[in-house]
Amino acid sequence: MLLLALDTATPAVTVALHDGTDVIASSGQVDARRHGELLLPAVDRVLAEAGLKLDAVTAIVAGTGPGPYTGLRVGLMTADTFGLALGVPVYGVCTLDGLAYAADIDRGPFVVATDARRKEVYWATYADSRTRLTGPAVDRPADIADQVKGMPAVGAGALLYPETFPQAHEPEHVSAAALARLAAERLAAGEELPAPRPLYLRRPDAQVPKNYKVVTPK
Amino acid sequence: MADEPLVLGIETSCDETGVGIVRGTTLLADAVASSVDEHARFGGVVPEVASRAHLEAMVPTIDRALKEAGVGAKDLDGIAVTAGPGLAGALLVGVSAAKAYAYALGKPLYGVNHLASHICVDQLEHGPLPEPTMALLVSGGHSSLLLSSDITSDVRPMGATIDDAAGEAFDKIARVLNLGFPGGPVIDRYAREGDPDAIAFPRGLTGPRDPAYDFSFSGLKTAVARWIEAKRAAGEEVPVRDVAASFQEAVVDVLTRKAVRACKDEGVDHLMIGGGVAANSRLRALAQERCEKAGIRLRVPRPKLCTDNGAMVAALGAEMVARNRAASSWDLSADSSLPVTDPHVPGHDHVHEVSKENLYS
Ligand SMILES: [Zn+2]
Repeated sequence: MLLLALDTATPAVTVALHDGTDVIASSGQVDARRHGELLLPAVDRVLAEAGLKLDAVTAIVAGTGPGPYTGLRVGLMTADTFGLALGVPVYGVCTLDGLAYAADIDRGPFVVATDARRKEVYWATYADSRTRLTGPAVDRPADIADQVKGMPAVGAGALLYPETFPQAHEPEHVSAAALARLAAERLAAGEELPAPRPLYLRRPDAQVPKNYKVVTPK
Repeated sequence: MADEPLVLGIETSCDETGVGIVRGTTLLADAVASSVDEHARFGGVVPEVASRAHLEAMVPTIDRALKEAGVGAKDLDGIAVTAGPGLAGALLVGVSAAKAYAYALGKPLYGVNHLASHICVDQLEHGPLPEPTMALLVSGGHSSLLLSSDITSDVRPMGATIDDAAGEAFDKIARVLNLGFPGGPVIDRYAREGDPDAIAFPRGLTGPRDPAYDFSFSGLKTAVARWIEAKRAAGEEVPVRDVAASFQEAVVDVLTRKAVRACKDEGVDHLMIGGGVAANSRLRALAQERCEKAGIRLRVPRPKLCTDNGAMVAALGAEMVARNRAASSWDLSADSSLPVTDPHVPGHDHVHEVSKENLYS
């Protein structure tokens, strides 16, 4: 088994290879504006580090968010297309589940929150690192303060709003290594993983820009 | 011919998910999934709606194109993709797919210009482009006059709209007339039964001191809307067919007049017209009439190749392969304002050489 995991749902562009036993190579770069540029070279680097070629991959795992849409789609589109070209299955794992797994907390409940911009967070609660209790959802931190009171919290969204998440700590960003380990564990346990469909959680802004469809540069 | 480059092209700059396959200048497949119906109630393309639709449609559309062409992915000589200009988020979906596909198949990647693709698509219809070619590109997103001596390396902007695109004006007037979105086809239909000389609407930028090849449709748009509102305010019925015909005439009169003039001034004896508005029957007829009079050969692809599609991207990609142009690198990004003067986005420093180590061979 060789899993290629990737996630672009947060400011991190992260890629990892898992051979069924453990992660054998990984990469993580934090740059919220360049997911499209960074992902393919990162895949190339991780494969080179492991001394493998892409056609050795037997399954793809992609973080399905929630996360800012433009970046999120880079990872999902890449995963989908790799799956098509290689003829291997593509699985989706909720990005917040990856963060929860990396948080390595045995006894919850705890919160995972990422930055949803517009002064909101994407968040979910967990009984332990492998068991989601609620979510994912998108809300203003102040509106969920009562629901998360007293819970430890991880993720950039928690670190960003200490009034709501006073017990926030690392990890800040998701890693594809955690995503790969979680997926490998679930697959080994015979669990079915879902197809990689994006968790947008918000309706699209139905605003037609003033100069819509104008694509010719002046 | 079997030794001509077999290229798959991906287009996602606006609301069409297009995947086309060509062999040299021969069209093998042209699969398009459109999200236009999802945008109709907003009266224009909603970028996020378009981007979401591209992600869902991409893999099925690639599959459909391969089946239609009857070729295997491994037989492809390259993958081309619209790198810009266009809606940033929408472009990025196509670029991500093209990069992953090219990488996984071990094929070179060509990030190409959407406007140059609109010109190059005519090779699939009328054979190799004459050099030089004058091109009039008109759609909801563009209104440009371009002169190209080599579609892979030299595209010169002669003129462009200074405000709205021609297609936008059609959409706006259709909205004012309550005819729905998109406006082009429906205005064309009503105009056929109307009198183009019924109302004298203004011709933008046609004065002696105005720029010879630039366009302006904003003033026309306002004039038509005011005319309609005045009729309504007076409690009179709006003669929809005459308004449509007179408005359309004002647009296509300026477009064809300026295009033919540019050809004459530059000594170019071929004019190609592309973009969605090229499907307009009156634009085709008037261009034909004026080109004939001026001794210019007119080339207009069939309507399906004029609107955004993947085949046009594949056509330009094939030309890049045929002319040995440098492939793009794996860090290719979408550029929403890619200049028209860049027909493609060549890579830097042997990226493909290094990366081939990781690919099928
Ligand atoms: Zn176009």
